[in-house]
Amino acid sequence: MAIEVRIPTILRTYTDGAKAVDAEGATLDELISNLEAQHPGIKDRLVDQGALRRFVNVYLNDEDVRFLGGLGTPVSDGDTVTVLPAVAGGSR
Amino acid sequence: MLTISQDLVDKIIAHARADHPDEACGVIAGRGGVPERFVPMENAERSPTFYRFDSMEQLRVWREMDDRDEEPVVIYHSHTATEAYPSRTDVSYASEPDAHYVLVSTREELGEKVELRSYRIVDGVITEEEVTIT
Repeated sequence: MAIEVRIPTILRTYTDGAKAVDAEGATLDELISNLEAQHPGIKDRLVDQGALRRFVNVYLNDEDVRFLGGLGTPVSDGDTVTVLPAVAGGSR
Repeated sequence: MLTISQDLVDKIIAHARADHPDEACGVIAGRGGVPERFVPMENAERSPTFYRFDSMEQLRVWREMDDRDEEPVVIYHSHTATEAYPSRTDVSYASEPDAHYVLVSTREELGEKVELRSYRIVDGVITEEEVTIT
């Protein structure tokens, strides 16, 4: 079994248009590295200087991983990881 | 071009006025590029110069759209002291290339009037589009 990763529209250029892909790893960090091996370029859109990018939301099942353990969050077979770009902006 | 009903425009404006002077934000979900279902979102920043969807609310709403085969047709927010034109910040965080980014301005000098304009923001490029209200 593997971990399903749901990919937002804007990152589907890395996954040949796929809305969801499978990846493996024991932590979110490993999962993202495995994702990068399969879909080169995607990691840089998620991680910056060893931490999740501020304006990318990553969820493990129903939880925002920021409230779990960030990149160190353990993941296991059957989990679903969802990536959603934050919707944000401002007048400045 | 964005075609949107008067009812939805009224709802966006009412939300922007209610949250003024903080920025208001939300989504209008729909299918086939037609905006239909109004979903006001909480501005997690509660700020007069910044907005960000609450991450948990966003997950819930995005899943709901997925389940209903909808997409975020419109993503709206207000500028409460400046014009309804995307700022550099708006452009750098624009992440839905298929959405119409609707901006409303509730700045004081407009008085009773509200400015509402719509844009596409793709790869850092802003393209204003005509708004047809039906």
